[in-house]
Amino acid sequence: MAKYPTEPLKCWPKAKELRNNFYKNFDKAKEEGGLRWMGSAWAPDAVVRGLGEDVYSVTGEPYGASCAFDKPLSSKFLNAAENYGFARDLCAYMRNYWGSILCDEYALGGGKFPKADFAWSQHICCSHAKWYQNACELEGGVPLYCVDVGAGAYPPFEPEMYQHRVKYVADQMLDGIDWLQKVTGREYNDDLFFEAVWNDMRLTSKWAEICMLNRAVPAPLDEKSIYSLYVFGVLEQSNREFADFYDEVYDEIKDRVDRGIAAIPEEKARVMTDTQPPWAFLKIYRYMEQWGAVSIGSLYTFGLGGTWLYDDENNEFLPRAMPDKKPETREEACMMLADWHLSKPEYQHFYHPDYKTKMMDAIAKHWKVDGIILHYNRGCEGLSVGIAENRLGLLEKGHKVMAYEGNMGDEREFDEAATINRLAIFLESIGLEKPKK
Amino acid sequence: MITAGIDCGSKNTKTVVLKDGELIGKATVQTGFDQEKAVEESLAKAVEDAGISGDDVSKIFGTGSGREAIKMADDTVNEIKAMSRGAFFFFPNVRTVADVGAEEGRAAKLDENGNPVDFAINEKCAAGAGAFIEAMGRALETPLEEMGALSLQSDKEIPMNAQCVIFAESEVVGLIHAKTEKQDISKAIHDAMASRIVSMIRRIGVNEDVAMIGGVGYNPAFVGAMKRELKLEKIHIPDDPEYGSAVGAAVLASGQ
Repeated sequence: MAKYPTEPLKCWPKAKELRNNFYKNFDKAKEEGGLRWMGSAWAPDAVVRGLGEDVYSVTGEPYGASCAFDKPLSSKFLNAAENYGFARDLCAYMRNYWGSILCDEYALGGGKFPKADFAWSQHICCSHAKWYQNACELEGGVPLYCVDVGAGAYPPFEPEMYQHRVKYVADQMLDGIDWLQKVTGREYNDDLFFEAVWNDMRLTSKWAEICMLNRAVPAPLDEKSIYSLYVFGVLEQSNREFADFYDEVYDEIKDRVDRGIAAIPEEKARVMTDTQPPWAFLKIYRYMEQWGAVSIGSLYTFGLGGTWLYDDENNEFLPRAMPDKKPETREEACMMLADWHLSKPEYQHFYHPDYKTKMMDAIAKHWKVDGIILHYNRGCEGLSVGIAENRLGLLEKGHKVMAYEGNMGDEREFDEAATINRLAIFLESIGLEKPKK
Repeated sequence: MITAGIDCGSKNTKTVVLKDGELIGKATVQTGFDQEKAVEESLAKAVEDAGISGDDVSKIFGTGSGREAIKMADDTVNEIKAMSRGAFFFFPNVRTVADVGAEEGRAAKLDENGNPVDFAINEKCAAGAGAFIEAMGRALETPLEEMGALSLQSDKEIPMNAQCVIFAESEVVGLIHAKTEKQDISKAIHDAMASRIVSMIRRIGVNEDVAMIGGVGYNPAFVGAMKRELKLEKIHIPDDPEYGSAVGAAVLASGQ
């Protein structure tokens, strides 16, 4: 008899439908006279919402991840990017994305790759701005605007001159609104913008609350399912439909916790991971499940589409609470949005690996983690920054840690047999018994 | 109780037979393409060496990268556990173990019972394994077994890249063209590999008592380079270092 009851997620069909519609909307935008834009998953998309309800986006990172999941397609795209002359050690999502443009093939829905009217992005890692600079060139000269969010870490990590740093980012958004009107020829609707800022906060705060529910034992969600659900926070953070969907997801997961419904029926140990997984090899999570190990999430899955605050005094990691009121002026909306975005947990480690170690330590403690699995991800220069330091820091704090090498979006750099072997050794070292054959 | 441990590695398959905690038989055969055949041959030879019949062996545990090919095994154990218990069998004071085999370099930190509490394995690269010295030996047109002795004739320090076998080979070719003495190149190769293994060991922490198992333990130049890098007077190496993991498997089979 199973240790815990389990059941499929009821929200699954809706999640699939919403995601499919998102990519379809981008593809079909022109049929109804709408606009298309491309940009990073962390681009402040709420700003673009002020252009109207018929403006659709595709965000590069989740698109690249979806390509990577399909090995033959990804291989084709990566080869196309390399044949064009792009180096193989660049961001794997970016190479999949460029390859998709070069092959003129839309991975999500088939047909030709839909060209964007403009690119609206942000820049935090070493690849973002260059990604869209090249994508714009490959698409024949698309205008690009990039918001530099490299403004230092959020308090409590770096409290100095914080308001000035928020203003630095907010001012770029204000300028960006003028730019958006100029390149599209559309009038800007501030009310739509204010609503979108609010939805961004609703969605990212709610995602954090959903992840909080995974503190329960047994965990109601495993990380493989989390991957499928967190994506809305990186497809379009300011999307009202997505924010509403997260309210439904929260209710369902809360119900699972109340009834003791587990993600995996034999939860014996809890692990957490870090950074993107090798998307073509999610079977490693199934392998861990055979041992009774559930991956409860990671700073990556919690923080990529969720907004949290780290409490240094109590070593706590909690969802950021919604502001008291919606913005009422354009300036105020930009300041609120900039402040909200600068507190993204996944931005903080760009400034010092210790910040990430602290957040990971808090997650390990409060989500009752037995072991931490780090991915030296050759495919992402941004999120791989400092992982070796994180490993040392987490070991010093008394955690069991293992690392494996791989690539989120280029299967050629992942050694499945070696990784499985390493996982077996690690899972045994945290006290789990080898599954019976 | 008589138990056997079989370590099916990428290059060689090693088997030991233990009787009441004593090593009574051992054998090595090349693994080749037919792993199952190598396992059977290795076990038969070890049993013969022990002077017993196959039926006398109560339990067999397998380990190594080819452990799934050990069909007659009662159970399999991972390489880190096997190397740890093997080293602990020979040197109970040891708390850090390095295993440098043909395919992989590994290190483990042990608790007081010889169980691994932390481990590191070299990443996807032969530069931290015995295959590195073998490949460099080919570039130097020197048999593998002579590489160590050759290196000991040199006292020069030539920095070399040990991150990639291909680049290292290019460097060796460059040194040959620069008329560098063969023994100096050989020493540079050993130093580079030792440096890589030691950086892996440092990841899990170095204790005073360090043991090394794996076939590279026969190479005096590599052991010397390891001692220099670790700043240790002594590294514990069993008489037959290549059997370390097989011994660990046999110990675990005996229930110790």
